[in-house]
Amino acid sequence: MNAHLAEHFDDPPQQKEAAMLGMWAFIATEVLFFGVLLAAYIVCRWRFPAGFADGSRHTDLLLGSIETAVLLASGCIMAVGLREIQLAKQRSACLAIVITAALGVAFLVLHGMEYVDEYHEGLIPTVRYLQNGTDADSMEVFFCLYYVITGLHSLHVLIGVVLLLVIAERTRRGHFSPHYYTPLEIAGLYWSLVDIVWIFVYPGIYLAGHSA
Amino acid sequence: MTDVFVRDSPLRRSYLWQGGHTLRSWLLSTDHKRIALLYAASITLFFFLGAVAAALMRLTLIDPQGRLMSAETYNKTFTFHGVVMVWFFLIPSIPATLGNFLVPLMVGARDLAFPRLNLFSWYLYMVGGLFTIACLLLGGVDTGWTFYTPFSTMFSDSHVILAVVGVFVVGFSSILTGLNFIVTIHTMRAPGMHWYRLPLFIWGIYATSIVMMLATPVLAMTLCLIGLERLFGVGIFDPSLGGDPVLFQHFFWFYSHPAVYIMILPAMGVVSELICCGARRRIFGYRFMTWSLLGIAFIGFLVWGHHMFVAGQSMYASMAFSILSFIVAVPSAIKVFNWVSTLYRGTIDFHAPMLYALGFIGLFMLGGLTGLFLAAVALDVNLTDTYFVVAHFHYIMVGGSVMAYLGGIHFWWPKITGRLYSERMAQLAAVLMFIGFNLTFFPQYLLGYMGMPRRYHQYPPQFHALNVLSSIGAVVLAISYLMPLFYFARSLRSGASAGPNPWQAAGLEWMTSSPPPEHNFVETPVVTEGPYAYHEHEEQA
Repeated sequence: MNAHLAEHFDDPPQQKEAAMLGMWAFIATEVLFFGVLLAAYIVCRWRFPAGFADGSRHTDLLLGSIETAVLLASGCIMAVGLREIQLAKQRSACLAIVITAALGVAFLVLHGMEYVDEYHEGLIPTVRYLQNGTDADSMEVFFCLYYVITGLHSLHVLIGVVLLLVIAERTRRGHFSPHYYTPLEIAGLYWSLVDIVWIFVYPGIYLAGHSA
Repeated sequence: MTDVFVRDSPLRRSYLWQGGHTLRSWLLSTDHKRIALLYAASITLFFFLGAVAAALMRLTLIDPQGRLMSAETYNKTFTFHGVVMVWFFLIPSIPATLGNFLVPLMVGARDLAFPRLNLFSWYLYMVGGLFTIACLLLGGVDTGWTFYTPFSTMFSDSHVILAVVGVFVVGFSSILTGLNFIVTIHTMRAPGMHWYRLPLFIWGIYATSIVMMLATPVLAMTLCLIGLERLFGVGIFDPSLGGDPVLFQHFFWFYSHPAVYIMILPAMGVVSELICCGARRRIFGYRFMTWSLLGIAFIGFLVWGHHMFVAGQSMYASMAFSILSFIVAVPSAIKVFNWVSTLYRGTIDFHAPMLYALGFIGLFMLGGLTGLFLAAVALDVNLTDTYFVVAHFHYIMVGGSVMAYLGGIHFWWPKITGRLYSERMAQLAAVLMFIGFNLTFFPQYLLGYMGMPRRYHQYPPQFHALNVLSSIGAVVLAISYLMPLFYFARSLRSGASAGPNPWQAAGLEWMTSSPPPEHNFVETPVVTEGPYAYHEHEEQA
């Protein structure tokens, strides 16, 4: 009898299939969560091209690009972690997951620095918004959406970091082996979601209109 | 009587006994059957709360002056009615109770794929419900269940945030329930139970789950934006900040139109089961039935703009949405024709579940056909925001979904409780419901056609007679809703033992004992034939 098999499943493959399909279904719902916000962003951008381009220019392209690099690197290392556990190398798998989580933390710190800068520049709607000029109002809509989208994304990163730390601890204690690593794979799937959402956020918010 | 039943073995070997008897054993149970009963109890409570609001409205409308309540109170009453009935009764009704109970039984599994997530969904439902009750106790909300901006964000000074949080939370319950069903249906079917052997109830739940999972996040995020807009002045829907209030309507109806299919698709599944058993016939056109369920779910995502013909969307968008709305009638009509064809040459037994199912077909047809009126742009411009619309969606949601839900409860009651109920009383309630329903809502078609707008507590005197008629109908309807409470209570106390299969129905759920044991089947069943093998068996006999 497999120790990880819940009593309502027939065999481990069935349990794994259910867990993986459940995670994919969850990812589908997440795509729609962010999809609404990105749709709102596209609609508003189409209505106010000048204000939104202006907004993009006020974002920190350098920090945004470093964050992108950090997040993509973390996704890659997470994939390495999965490979290591498949090869029964628990120690290096654990290390890879810890590094992934650390890069997640780095992402959050960098993003926090962006928020602090924006506070000083007076770019935070209703809290401290000091912009004037013809496009100031539509730029405010840009920053509203910017905070909602990046805020929700950062929340997902934060949840991901906690999740990864739990998984790292379980890996260290030897819960996973080449025969059973479903939670690790699921955490990896979640982390990929966090990555992929950012791949849409970064060009849409930071790059579009930046050089115009 | 009770003692005899307690001592007899089916109950002792059932989920009602095996899981323990304490309140704790129910509140922490991960057994899908117990969770189904938790849902059943809580949605019944919310149903009657929503029904009280409806009764108060019908009482106000007896008088053209509407003196019973102020305009503001009236607004809050219909908002409460809408919010509670849509999110706390109709959407969870069939999926969370019958679906929870029957999906594992019908596919031949021991439980849903994620039992703890299932229990968590019920707690989310309750937390959402508490927010809604709190909102009511603190003074209510007056935006209508649709929360249209900019009224909900800028002008309403009622408890919009509480209401929105309640719906937001219950939305997650719905998403997780859908996810659980999808995974269960995909991965946990018994040996031999391939896709085209699944009962249509499972197909209905499957199509519904897809809609729940893919539409509800949109609602959740949109409501989140309303909350942020009220709290922090984020200006996405606020025209004074350059935002777009119509964008809210797009997002809202992107969820809320498919939400209609969350309510009706499982009802169609239930009715297919009831019709086949009641007529003792294999379903006519099984594959058409499955694909029309999926077709409705899919096209349902593309018709939301028909709620916005007068909201200032482009004429071309309206034309496209109008055509798509007509197209969704095709799979719906296929279903009605196939049910009727199933009855042809059947041996029809007019027991209570069958009466509900036949009532469903009639009312759903009236609701569906008037939907075509509203899908035509030129007609909708006249009929929108009148009682015609109110009558239309009540025919679908109450005439359709509630009839099917009650039909299903009557059909599977012996399976759920192991007891029989008074067939005579149940038949009487079903007939009374059909009469009461038509008496309540058919006059509203006429009122709407004559131009009476919805959501007002006063009206010109020429509408008086039809409004009184509608209120009288509501009394009949109320009696027919209360009746099951009594004969079901009596059935629980002293009903005769049902045996595993009192209807001689086909389907895996009838092969196990009533009530089923904790893990549903003593041995995992092996499926060797398609569903509804009534005809063949009787021909052989």
